[in-house]
Amino acid sequence: MTSDPLIIAGRAFRSRLVVGTGKYPSNAVMADAHRASGTDMVTVAVRRVNLSDKSKESLIDYIERERIFILPNTAGCYTAEDAIRTARLAREVGLSNWVKLEVIGDERTLFPDNVALLEATRVLVAEGFVVLPYTNDDPVICRKLEEAGAAAVMPLGAPIGSGLGIQNPNNIRIIKDQARVPVIVDAGVGTASDAAIAMELGADGVLMNSAIALAEDPVAMASAMKLAVEAGRLAFRAGRIPKRPHGSASSPPEGRIAAAAAAAGGRTGA
Amino acid sequence: MTIRLNGEPYEIAGPVTISALLAALNLDPRIVAVEHNIVVVKRHQYDATVVREGDEIEIVRFVGGG
Repeated sequence: MTSDPLIIAGRAFRSRLVVGTGKYPSNAVMADAHRASGTDMVTVAVRRVNLSDKSKESLIDYIERERIFILPNTAGCYTAEDAIRTARLAREVGLSNWVKLEVIGDERTLFPDNVALLEATRVLVAEGFVVLPYTNDDPVICRKLEEAGAAAVMPLGAPIGSGLGIQNPNNIRIIKDQARVPVIVDAGVGTASDAAIAMELGADGVLMNSAIALAEDPVAMASAMKLAVEAGRLAFRAGRIPKRPHGSASSPPEGRIAAAAAAAGGRTGA
Repeated sequence: MTIRLNGEPYEIAGPVTISALLAALNLDPRIVAVEHNIVVVKRHQYDATVVREGDEIEIVRFVGGG
């Protein structure tokens, strides 16, 4: 297959799989899973330094920074103001101006607050950030985020950590059809087929954390996700056959030894 | 003096610079970011930024997340 990089804000990524860094059994397992996934972009969260326990090993030491780009998130922020503050802090830690922008609107579902998200996107774009907003699978808000200057849009497949898979494939397809920036399905993937479906719908990438980190064997699941994203991408580019309600024989109807009987009954087999 | 550090009261002889505060806390300035009264402090300003009685300081780092 020819080179098919994911390009966001002019930066090329070899892998279309973006992976998180949370919830792994250990940092060593995380590093192995990242390697197995083939990812070259991982997300991290921004949190207060624990002043009573500074002995904890640093997450950053387990990320191969020469190969993997670090995308800080604003997870856990419930207002535009908090998300903006967190993004500014992240820029100062990470020395890059990219941010996965999250503004959560509901604690139980973790669905985004689209009004606050749009506001925070406008502010951060004006400050020179490359903003990748995590959003609902809603074509209208995705269009507004793009108009506000988002470098990509990241609609959810299902609630964060739910593992339910792509709940509204038609919306993902519509979002991709209209978008002029990359579409990355973010959240909701449970297993490999979910990632493949997202890519088959035309998504430019998939972002996941729990599906890998909380699998019984995170490294094996990371390999499965790598293959699923590649398979889904290939299938999308290959152009699938249209769906049809009835059968259509793959083998020629002519020359069958029972042709006379089949012609009488009008049946052809596979 | 007492400052508010990561949401909690914190006693330190002061005023101090951000650089001195990080050193007192044994924190590597290359892996944290600092907010001083809601404004992010650039690394090159750590020596010049002075923390005074009652100031609010947030010090953050990267942790695992999705």
